[in-house]
Amino acid sequence: MTATLSDPLVIAGKPYRSRLLTGTGKFKDLDETRLATEAAGAEIVTVAIRRSNIGQDPGQPNLLDVLPPARYTILPNTAGCYTADDAVRTCRLARELLDGHSLVKLEVLGDQRTLFPDVVQTLQAAETLVREGFKVMVYTSDDPILAKRLEEIGCVAVMPLAAPIGSGLGIQNRWNLLEIVENAKVPILVDAGVGTASDAAVAMELGCDGVLMNTAIAGARQPVLMAGAMRKAIEAGREAFLAGRIPRKRYASASSPIDGTIG
Amino acid sequence: MEILLNGAPHACLDDTTLARLLADNGYAGRRVAVEINRTIIPRSAHETTRLQPGDRVEIVHAMGGG
Repeated sequence: MTATLSDPLVIAGKPYRSRLLTGTGKFKDLDETRLATEAAGAEIVTVAIRRSNIGQDPGQPNLLDVLPPARYTILPNTAGCYTADDAVRTCRLARELLDGHSLVKLEVLGDQRTLFPDVVQTLQAAETLVREGFKVMVYTSDDPILAKRLEEIGCVAVMPLAAPIGSGLGIQNRWNLLEIVENAKVPILVDAGVGTASDAAVAMELGCDGVLMNTAIAGARQPVLMAGAMRKAIEAGREAFLAGRIPRKRYASASSPIDGTIG
Repeated sequence: MEILLNGAPHACLDDTTLARLLADNGYAGRRVAVEINRTIIPRSAHETTRLQPGDRVEIVHAMGGG
């Protein structure tokens, strides 16, 4: 059974075999970034757009040397942006940086303590970016109404949080996520808050189309090992979702035949 | 003349092209994107764009992020 192979995740018209998207931040070095990304089996990887260090050794390896855009779909993010203007500016720079590449991860943050999204600024930025031809994957709160609004604006994927970024708390509101998934016509990916493999599996069992994570892998004691665990959890969760879980019952139901017992 | 390069004062010769500035700072052939005074200068225009005193130049690249 290769349900996960024959069951691609389609984002902006492009099929992907992997439903695990990974971030590239917080790793020890670029080697670990590469090894963890490979172990995760990720095909889409997020990157940040930042000022380069003037005067830095130009021979130093670059992130895109170890994760080449020819092999990976690079998903530039707007992390660290607190206004729609800054987020749009960052996306335009990313498009120039990546030779006209239009797929972006939009996140507009509202508060440094929680890193919760500022949904008003997020909506504004999404409208502008869609109008400018960007393919927007949008990070948002786990609010079903807002998720629908972002889909209607034209975002190619909606990515509600499971819990605050980097918190590792796991899925805090599975009923909201379920509501979002059931109403969506675009892929729904859990973005942020996953702590360990079972969290990722739960997201997939709820019917989410994928999971985006960074800290849960990069912050593990053994990031490469955790990346592999996450890959399996995503696949297991997806297959369980497709297979259909049994209904929950309060009382037992014997697995072995009742007839023909000895005595 | 002086410009502001990634937020810090930076001295360069009058009439310097953007391509020259990038090469002098080790960015020749590197994957970067450049803004001058908040306007993106496409790679195809780096050779022909000349810096003016006080220009605010931003050079960005991709780095690890989630």
